Order: sequence, then structure tokens, then C-alpha cells
Amino acid sequence: MVYVMIKELSPSADEVIIVTSSLMKDMTSKTDMYRANAIRVLCRITDGTLLTQIERYLKQAIVDKNPVVASAALVSGIHLLQTNPEIVKRWSNEVQEAVQSRAALVQFHALALLHQVRQNDRLAVNKLVSSLTRGSVRSPIAQCLLIRYTSQVIRESANNTQTGDRPFYDFLEGCLRHKAEMVIFEAARAITELNGVTSRELTPAITVLQLFLSSFKPVLRFAAVRTLNKVAMTHPMAVTNCNIDMESLISDQNRSIATLAITTLLKTGNESSVDRLMKQITNFMSDIADEFKIVVVEAIRSLCLKFPLKHRSLMNFLSNILREEGGFEYKKAIVDSIVILIRDIPEAKETGLLHLCEFIEDCEFTYLSTQILHFLGIEGPKTSDPSKYIRYIYNRMHLENATVWAGAVSTLAKFGAMVDGLKPHVFVLLRRCLFDTDEVRDRATLYLNTLGGDGAVVETGADVKEFLFGSLDIPLMNLENSLKNYEPSEKPFDISSVPKEVKIQPLAEKKAPGKKPTGLGAPPPSPSSTVDAYEKLLSSIPEFANFGKLFKSSPPVELTEAETEYAVNVVKHIFDGHVVFQYNCTNTIPEQLLENVIVIVDASEAEEFAEVASKPLRSLPYDSPGQTFVAFQKPDGVPAVGKFSNMLRFIVKEVDPSTGVAEDDGVEDEYQLEDLEVVAADYMLKVGVSNFRNAWESMGADFERVDEYGLGPRDSLAEAVNAVVDLLGMQPCEGTEVVSPNSRSHTCLLSGVYIGNVKVLVRLQFGLDGPKDVAMKLAVRSEDETVSDAIHEIVASG
Amino acid sequence: MELCPLIKNILLLDSEGNRVAVKYYSDDWPTNSAKEAFEKTVFTKTQKTSARNEAEITMFDNYVVVYKFVQDLHFFVTGGENENEIILASVLQGFFDAVGLILRGTVDKREVLENLDLIFLCLDEIVDGGIVLETDANVIAGKVASHSMDDGASLSEQTITQALATARERLTRSLLA
Repeated sequence: MVYVMIKELSPSADEVIIVTSSLMKDMTSKTDMYRANAIRVLCRITDGTLLTQIERYLKQAIVDKNPVVASAALVSGIHLLQTNPEIVKRWSNEVQEAVQSRAALVQFHALALLHQVRQNDRLAVNKLVSSLTRGSVRSPIAQCLLIRYTSQVIRESANNTQTGDRPFYDFLEGCLRHKAEMVIFEAARAITELNGVTSRELTPAITVLQLFLSSFKPVLRFAAVRTLNKVAMTHPMAVTNCNIDMESLISDQNRSIATLAITTLLKTGNESSVDRLMKQITNFMSDIADEFKIVVVEAIRSLCLKFPLKHRSLMNFLSNILREEGGFEYKKAIVDSIVILIRDIPEAKETGLLHLCEFIEDCEFTYLSTQILHFLGIEGPKTSDPSKYIRYIYNRMHLENATVWAGAVSTLAKFGAMVDGLKPHVFVLLRRCLFDTDEVRDRATLYLNTLGGDGAVVETGADVKEFLFGSLDIPLMNLENSLKNYEPSEKPFDISSVPKEVKIQPLAEKKAPGKKPTGLGAPPPSPSSTVDAYEKLLSSIPEFANFGKLFKSSPPVELTEAETEYAVNVVKHIFDGHVVFQYNCTNTIPEQLLENVIVIVDASEAEEFAEVASKPLRSLPYDSPGQTFVAFQKPDGVPAVGKFSNMLRFIVKEVDPSTGVAEDDGVEDEYQLEDLEVVAADYMLKVGVSNFRNAWESMGADFERVDEYGLGPRDSLAEAVNAVVDLLGMQPCEGTEVVSPNSRSHTCLLSGVYIGNVKVLVRLQFGLDGPKDVAMKLAVRSEDETVSDAIHEIVASG
Repeated sequence: MELCPLIKNILLLDSEGNRVAVKYYSDDWPTNSAKEAFEKTVFTKTQKTSARNEAEITMFDNYVVVYKFVQDLHFFVTGGENENEIILASVLQGFFDAVGLILRGTVDKREVLENLDLIFLCLDEIVDGGIVLETDANVIAGKVASHSMDDGASLSEQTITQALATARERLTRSLLA
């Protein structure tokens, strides 16, 4: 008992010398229990010096005949490995002996310790595993440990997978027939987690797991269902045999098991079983907690996307559960699922929209109502009979609260704008709103005026539509700041002067319309302040003030290696007719003070550029970064490229580090920097679009250019994709820059804005032609055909 | 890389969710309030189920919890989400049976409180710093018995032990009151 207490208190060794010395005496006492516990306690409170003293005893203890003592020493060794690894490594011989011990758990602990000691030496681990798989391992828990090490070895020798069977696979399969359940399960799990496992290898593991499914012990059922769930994500076909057992698990007492069974069935179900599943799930949903319900909803969504023909029953199911009780997260998940289904399965649109309409009649969450109204506004006008939805929308205007009213008015107006036949009716409704509360009245007035409220059925101009309903791509924070800074003057507020991180889409020169719900698209990312800062910095320098608007600033490029005396990086600022290089310099030498720092730029390899101005840095003391600028003129609007070599020139003065005072005269010195390139990608702003397909369609194919290129042998498909994306300098959309491993083809969607404010969209299709050769098809759409040609030029020459 | 099976904690709660004996082997719950919050969560999640005949299992928050109930006590063993659940179950079974052997069959809250020191010894012998030391209930009970037997070797010492035992009992009662 005393031992337990000492362990809890765990003082440091120098405080309790008496304790430690009595413990050391205990370590050699005759009673085994004392010895074992003394070892454990000592190892907990010891430090390096004390450890060397008792090392001898510990080594003896490891090979002691009494298993309790041996285990104690070994386990303490495992813990000590964290703090004093070198000492523990010296015990390898004794530990090796212990591995051969007859006592079951001693073998387990010895194996664990030995593996920890040798885990960085792959060959040693390999040898250890091979010797033990052939030998006998006595305790089931040691066997589990061995299985885990074996899978690690298999994973690391993954290069040999082409040559037939993996090493040690037979051992794993043999373990499937062991007596102890924990070994069987561990082996089955290890097989399912092997890299790139084939169905043939999986079959014995799955058979075993299937037996567990019908065990009477909940632990086994749970373990089996969880593993099968993971397998179903990658090999649904292999798991279909177990479907029948899993269906009986749906009514299991333990709710976690039931939920896991349902989600697995949803992943592996085929079309015929979907109806049956739906019936069973309906009864089940009322029992389980919200977080499980969300899991089920998401599984249903993926199922529906897999079997689009079944959308009717699945959609009915979703709308039924939408009507029942539930929390906000849960209902949001259902609404999101319905929306995704409507977007991806055209046949389901009408039913889906109707379900959503019925839902908002009764919805208690304002956020969801506004989201759905906005979505209705986008999708409703495109359906065959939009007038159906007007009733639902109009009802919203008189019930609920202000946010919903605002959303409803906007949606109504959208219907009016998009569908000409409905315009007169919409106007009647909007006019009725003019007598309503603030939010509704103001919006109604705006819409009536812009849509031509005189009742004429006229095609609404495209730019009006854009103005009213185009997405507000400027981050709201920026807009707010600009509005705050705007002082009322003759010049109207220019919305295109608001710094835009996300998109450059100059709206009409009016004050932007008020808040719209951001709808179901991704919200724009929060703006970084660097662009703002650069603009302010550059406009404060009189020489650069008349260069016009800053188009793009590149991220800093290092011109010196790490740990040099002077660290310099450069930021390239691109204007319409000029380029400014901002050199950020840092002096890392405490004994020096630099003055009159300028950069001499040799532009002999960049014919189109002519140096116009440079701004030297007055003083650069130790450890405080400063900037110096050099400006070049280039032909207007032309994306000129060139290479510039740079040399840092300055006057260096010695500084007395103790006083911090510099000497009076200094020496002129130069410091060579690396070269700097201005490439085509610098003229391209990375601007993402949230819905590429829409943007592509709306851009139109007038200035589309398509061409094919062979990129030659490449390291991998991913490398080729990255290279082209970097070359073009455009923003990948919708996560298409990620290439899935082992794929033979990939489509990448890029968007950007070219100098001259021209929007460009690029669709790249890559294919692996043969083992290493990559072929690429490039389709460019933009608002200007010279730009499309220019993009192709970049790729052709890059 | 931790391939060794690790136990995160072993909990023994009463029928209202209050602590009887707990031992944590992981840093996932650095403060006492975090530990108590965890115990409360575990208790509420498993309250409605019945785990009297077979060990039950549940999962939440990236932890797997195996548990068993007897009389007015709840036993829990927690592991990480990728842990072999059957190893956890064997640890639970070992602990459960060892407690039964130590308390000579009557496993309820009163008995446990009276022999709290033995229970802690038992916990200490099963898992050391997260690594499983022993799962065989007989061996565990044997180790605990040999500990406590040394405390009362001679007659006079036994009286002292008894006095100590009564004092301990009063102390624990007052702590719980």
C-alpha cells in the first residue's frame, strides 16, 4: 500500500533519499512482492543518476524466475524508455532472454519492450517478427501485439506487393483460427487494414467477423460491426454476404451497434434492398439520439446519390423525418441532404422543392427558412411551373419574423425577374408589400423600380439581374470598412475600390443592395490584410502614387539562403504599366549598421522593362526589417516576362554592441542576391469561384480555345498537375487540385483574373498515357480571345 | 509509435454516477474537472442500458468504453478509438472478477468502501501506466492478498491493523458524506 502512495506522490529522487535507499534495500529482499513493487516505484521516481546505480538489480530482475518481478521490471523499462532510452537499450540481451520465457505475460512485456527499443531498426523488427511467428507465443495478448507488429512490417515492406503474396499473410490467416477471441479479432482487423488488400485476402477475415456478428456478447458484435463498417467504405462487395446478419442487428439493444449496422447496410445495399431497408429504418429512427440520426442521414444521402432511381422513396423518407421532432443540427443535415439531392438528381427537383416548401410552413429555425427561401429563388424559376411556389413564399411574408420576410421578398422578386410570365402577378404582390414593415417595404420598392413596375412584360435586362441577384463576392468585412472610410463627397462610392480578396466582379456604380442570406454556397474566406497594407504602402510613396491601381502582389520570394548575414526577400507588385519590386531586408549582424541600402537590378535579360525609379532605404539596423523599392516601366497591358539579377549595395558601419553607437565612417560594400523572374503567372490573380459549372456556362464559348499537349514523362500525375497549376498561377476550384492516388486520369478546374480585369476559366484534363507520360487537354474560356490565346502560349512555352 | 494496447482509465462509479474508485492512465483529462465531466458523460450515456449479464460496449468522443454493472456499482474501462475492444473487455473482466474474489462474493458499494485500499491495490496490479500487467483474476487477487497479509503478521499488529482499518472506514465515510 505504501508503494501505491509513493507512486502517487512521485517526488523527485533527490528529495527523498531515505525512501529511495529503503526501496533499494527492498529490491533485494526475499519477498517477491516487495521486490516487484519496489522496482515499479523506484522506476517511477528515479532520474538518470540513480538509475545507473540500480541498473544492475533491474537487469537481474528481468531474468528473475518469478514472473511478477520480471514483468514489473519490464514494464518499468517500457516507461523509462521515454526518459532514459540509452540505459534501457543496454538491457537488450536480458530482454531477449525474457522473450523466450515460459511465463505468458513476461513474454508479452518483453516483446513490447524489445519492439520499442528496436522500432527504428526495420531489419531487427523483421527478424524479431519472423522468429516469433514461427515459435510459440503463449499469451493471447502477446499474440495480439505480435499481429500488430506484423502488420507494421507488412506495411513497411509494401514495395514487394507485386511479387505475389505478402510476407506473413499466412501467419495472419493462421491466427484467425486461434482459440482466443481477441487474437481472432485482431488478426481479422489487421487483414482488413492492409494496404490495397484484395477481396481474396479479405474473405477469410470477413467470414470470421460474420460469425462474431451473431455472438451473444455485445462487445464482439460491436467490434465486428465497426470493422465491417470500415471495410464497407472501400470494398462494399466483400461485405454483402453479411447483410442478412446485419439486418437482424438493426433491432439490437445496444444503440451504437444498431446505428453502425444501419450505416454499413446503407453503404453495401443494392437497389432491391433499398425499399426494405427504408421500412426498417423508419421504425428505428425514433429510438436513437440526434448525433446517430445525423450519421444515418448522411449515409442515406450517399445511398441516394449512388442509386438515383430510388430518389422518390428516399426523398419521402427524408421529408418524413424532417417533419418529426429534432434539433437544429439534425434538421440542417436533412435540409442539406435534400438540397444536394435536388442539385444532383434532376428528376428529384420538383418533389424535393415541394417537400422543402411544406417544411418551411412549419419550421422553427429562422436560419433554415431563409436558406430554403434563397434556394427556392435559385431553383424555382427553372422548374416547369414556378407559380406553384409563389403561394408558399408569399405566406412566409406574413408569418414568422423579419429575417424570413426579407428573404421571402427577395425570393419573390427573383421569380419575377427570371420568369417573365409571372411578372405582373409578382408586381401585384410586391405592391401589397409597400405598406408593410421596413425591411419588406424598402426591398419591395427597390425591386419594383428596377424590374419595371409599370406592368409591362418586358425581358429583364441581364445587368439588372446581375445587380439584384448576382452574388456579392466582396467579403462583407471589406465592404464595411470601405463604407466606414468613405467620406460623402461629389464622387459616388465606387464599389470596385473595395479590396477584393475573393473575386473581382465590378458591380454597377451604385451602393450595393443590403444583406442577402449567403445561401447554400460556401461563404467567402476572411480577407487577409496584406493587400490592403501593400496598397497603402505603395500609395504613400510619391514616386509610385501615379502608377494606378495595384493589380497583384506576389507572395514574398526569398533572394538569399537561410542563415546568411542579410536576409532579403522580394515582393513583386504588378500594375497596369509598371512593376515595382519591394525588397524586404533584414540585417542579422548585431555589429553592423547598414545605410543607404539600395538594390542594383540588372535588367539586361528583360528587354521590355525600363527602370524608372528607386527608393533607397535610409538605415537598416540590426534585426529590424526595412524596405527598399525599385520600379520598372513596362508596356501597358502586356504580360511581359523577364529575368532580373540583383545586387544589394550599401554602406556598412561598425557598431559597438555594448553601446549601440555606430562609427562615423563606413565602407561601401556589395552583396550578391539571387536572380528574380517575372513570369506569366504573376499577371494572373488567383481568384476562386464557388460553383465552377455555373461560371463556365455563363462565360459562354465565344472565346473558348481548346488544345491538347503532351507533357512528356513525369514523376507522377499529381506532380504534373501541380506543375501546370503553378505555371498558370490560377486558383484551383472545388478541391480539384488534389489528385487521388493510383488514378490514371484527373480533371482540374482553375479560375483566375488576368491583367486587364479579364475573368478566365480553365478546365484541364490529364491522362496517364503509358507508365509515365502525361497528356493534357486544355480548355480555356475567357471574356477576351487574346487572353485565351495567351493562356495557351504560357502552357506551350512552359 | 504506440502499438502496445493502452488503457486510458478504469472507473468505478456508484449508481448515481459519483466516484468510488478511479484511476487515470492518460493525459487526455488534465484537470480534475475534466475528469469529472468525463465520468458524468459516461454515466449518463450508459444509464439506460443494462449491462448485468454481459459486458456492454459503447463509443463516443473517440473513446471506446466497455462496462458492466453489478448491484449498485458501475465498472468502466476506457480505451482509444482504435483499441482492440476485446482486450478492453478482458481487462474489465479481470478487474470485475478480482474484486469479487477480494470481497469474498459480496460486491456492493458498502463493501467496496470498507475495503477501498484493497480495491486500489487491485487497480494498481492490473494496469501500470496504461500497459496491461495482468488480466487473470486469480493472479490479481492473489497479489492483493499477499500485500494485505503482510500487514497483519503478528497478533499485536493485527489489532493495530484493525484500528487502522476502522479509522480508514470512518475517514472514507466522512469524505463521502
